[in-house]
Amino acid sequence: MTLAAVPATFVAVFFAYPVGTLLARGIGLDADRLLDVMTGSRFLKVIWFTTWQAALSTLLAGTLAVPLTWAIANRQFAGRRLARGLVTVPFVLPTVVVAGAFIGLMDRFGLDQGTIRLRHTVWAILLAHAFFNIAVFVRSVGGFWMQLDRRPEEAARTLGASPWQAFREVTLPRLQSSIVAAISVVFLFSFTSFAVILLLGGPRRSSIETEIYRYAVTRSDISTAAALSIVQMVAVVSLVVVNGWLQRRATGSQGLVADRAVPAQTRGQRTRLAAALACTALVLGLPLAVLVERSLASGGGYSFANYQALGERVRLLPISATDALVNSMTFAVVAAGIALVVGGMASLAIVHGTRSVSRVLDLGMLLPLGTSAVTLGFGVLISLDRGVLDLRSSWWIVPITQSLIAIPFVVRGVVPVLRAIDPTLREAAATLGAAPARVRREIDLRIGARALATGVGFAFAISLGEFGATSFVGRRSDLLTVPLAIQRLLSTPGDLLRGQAMALSVILMLVTTVVVFIGDRLHPKAGGLL
Amino acid sequence: MTLSIQSLTVRYGDKTAVDDVTLDIAVGDVLALVGPSGCGKSTLLRTIAGLVEPAQGRVVWQGRDITSVPTHQRGIGLMFQDHALFTHRNVADNIDFGLKMGGVDAGTRDTRVEELLVLVGLEGFGPRSVEGLSGGEAQRVALARALAPEPELLLLDEPLASLDRGRRIELNVELARLLRELEQTAVYVTHDQDEAFSLADVVGVMHQGELLRLGEPAQVWRDPQSEVVARFLGHEAIIEMDGHRFAVRPDAIVLADSEGDYRGVVRACAFQGDRYELLVDVNDQTWRLFHDDALSPGAPVQLMLDPTKLALLVSRT
Repeated sequence: MTLAAVPATFVAVFFAYPVGTLLARGIGLDADRLLDVMTGSRFLKVIWFTTWQAALSTLLAGTLAVPLTWAIANRQFAGRRLARGLVTVPFVLPTVVVAGAFIGLMDRFGLDQGTIRLRHTVWAILLAHAFFNIAVFVRSVGGFWMQLDRRPEEAARTLGASPWQAFREVTLPRLQSSIVAAISVVFLFSFTSFAVILLLGGPRRSSIETEIYRYAVTRSDISTAAALSIVQMVAVVSLVVVNGWLQRRATGSQGLVADRAVPAQTRGQRTRLAAALACTALVLGLPLAVLVERSLASGGGYSFANYQALGERVRLLPISATDALVNSMTFAVVAAGIALVVGGMASLAIVHGTRSVSRVLDLGMLLPLGTSAVTLGFGVLISLDRGVLDLRSSWWIVPITQSLIAIPFVVRGVVPVLRAIDPTLREAAATLGAAPARVRREIDLRIGARALATGVGFAFAISLGEFGATSFVGRRSDLLTVPLAIQRLLSTPGDLLRGQAMALSVILMLVTTVVVFIGDRLHPKAGGLL
Repeated sequence: MTLSIQSLTVRYGDKTAVDDVTLDIAVGDVLALVGPSGCGKSTLLRTIAGLVEPAQGRVVWQGRDITSVPTHQRGIGLMFQDHALFTHRNVADNIDFGLKMGGVDAGTRDTRVEELLVLVGLEGFGPRSVEGLSGGEAQRVALARALAPEPELLLLDEPLASLDRGRRIELNVELARLLRELEQTAVYVTHDQDEAFSLADVVGVMHQGELLRLGEPAQVWRDPQSEVVARFLGHEAIIEMDGHRFAVRPDAIVLADSEGDYRGVVRACAFQGDRYELLVDVNDQTWRLFHDDALSPGAPVQLMLDPTKLALLVSRT
């Protein structure tokens, strides 16, 4: 019980109270105003845009994921494991870095004007979302497909089905549940996407997230922003509910094998495999390659000038970029520490607590995952401003808020590992004289250590790249983080500033990738959603 | 000849799964391919179905080379070891699949599915989910599904392996009757020689990718020709006479009251219901034979061989 008290209090104070306050503000709006807001044509337009761009982003991500998903599931090739790892790189990248990569792409190939104009079009948004989420399809659908027994398909072939008919009639229905799961996740991510739309959409494109930000920050219209947050939360909760319902409906058992992939044998098979890999490498590699190239380009040649300039003050930023980097690293360390303590205690309490404690805590720890970062940041901003909880002016507010987004990932990674521990191990330790607390330390923490470390690494990476919530709580000029700095640099034209933004993005990309890869090595099954 | 396999070789990487196999099957015949697991018999079957591409050799079907014809255009049915039923379709829709792919009209398909359900003894099972079926029922559905498009050649890959012993014997008898009644040309792969002998017109014994022996069941049993085949069939006793080697079937060995040709010691004795199976150590070999009475391990025995039941072994190089 004492174990549960710490995480429960933490989530109650820093998540439930702020979000609750926000909801109360929104509902407390007088009915006429609320109705006005909700039926306003701009409001409906924003909701409509948020929905259809999310649907199209999902469709595009799914389509672009087909070649690699197929290859990983069906073909053995050198570097198959590596490809599965590399495809996750875009997924873990900070959103501002992805936006930066696409702005770099448009700069490099002159797509911001002329006949093929990408800048400030919905295509830039859709492509960036797709780039992000290809990994979700590859890992979830490909990972499942890889284990599907081939024989039902072979049976279909001997019964006269062509390869395409066998795929449509037999394979596709069996893949359905994994496809539905991937679609739900990608749709949710695209629906609540913030930085990408803010940076690539331009002033005319507004989603619910960016609209909340605009009303709250630019126009200081808290009530309308709160009303929008409610709509956002209702939409997200409905999506989660629909997803759960679809998952339960999906047909159950399928014949599973360890790995169905076979090597490519004929020339045709080898060509198709090479084409599939090349096409994915282009889609995923080009934006990142261009990002690196842009960060090195300065004054017509290539040099490290953009990186060297990071130490200097520019007019646009209140502190230098290197200072922002120090801020980001500090916050990430603190946030990871909080996630370690709170997430670790929550995991232990969920596994060892009574049934009701376990269930409530399990759900409570997942809630921040279903809340958009903007809503969370906004809630914290308007609620934690009184008495002992007046944290608005304290730097602690930044890592605390970031850790809330990371804790669900820690819990989701650690709990299954602890649940999988053979209970006789704990019984054996107890009969050998270990008290309950000692058992947890000697058995649970030892066995769960890798998963916990992976989760903490993930928390570090999330904190490092966090943008949505930090854009609310990290507004004090000396608390500037790297993602916020990148956003400011990207929003203003000018080659020098652009170059610095690209250099900062590359640094953020490298740190994130390294941290997540080490985590993946430690415990490949952890890492939350994938 | 309907099916003719000519010098077929299949390789997986640098491992040769099927090594230069040649055989023919006549219309209406059932060929059983036997051999220990990993001997290449299933690979051979999958190559005939077009699911595996051979490195060399040809598969000829009624005079036409079909080696590079895709599976779905071969008109060859295949029944899988673990049924491989479509779990997202019910029993009737599983059976219907091949008819649908063949473009048969809906009315005819319904009638045919009903006929097949009756044929395999599953009347009324049509709307059921395949996930709740017992092993035997699932096997019957798999058989009905494979038979539905009336394949000219039916391949069966260890169709009874996943069933318990009682069910296996029962279904084996039924399968033999059905294949006979339908005059179905079939290739039947199994590692169980009893299963093979009880329903095949022709038996082929495979070992390490090679087809070592092909012939009528009784003929193969009497004359295994090579030591490997003899041992696979359970002819553990190998003797040398006049510079030749012979395999001795269990039923060729009898206990002598005295003055036998061979002396041995009983190693084990197992009751089999109608008789006892004896394992007798003779020199450095262990012979298997059957006897009406029990003998205790360690007992010395005298053995005689029935010379008409000896099989000359052709040495294989």
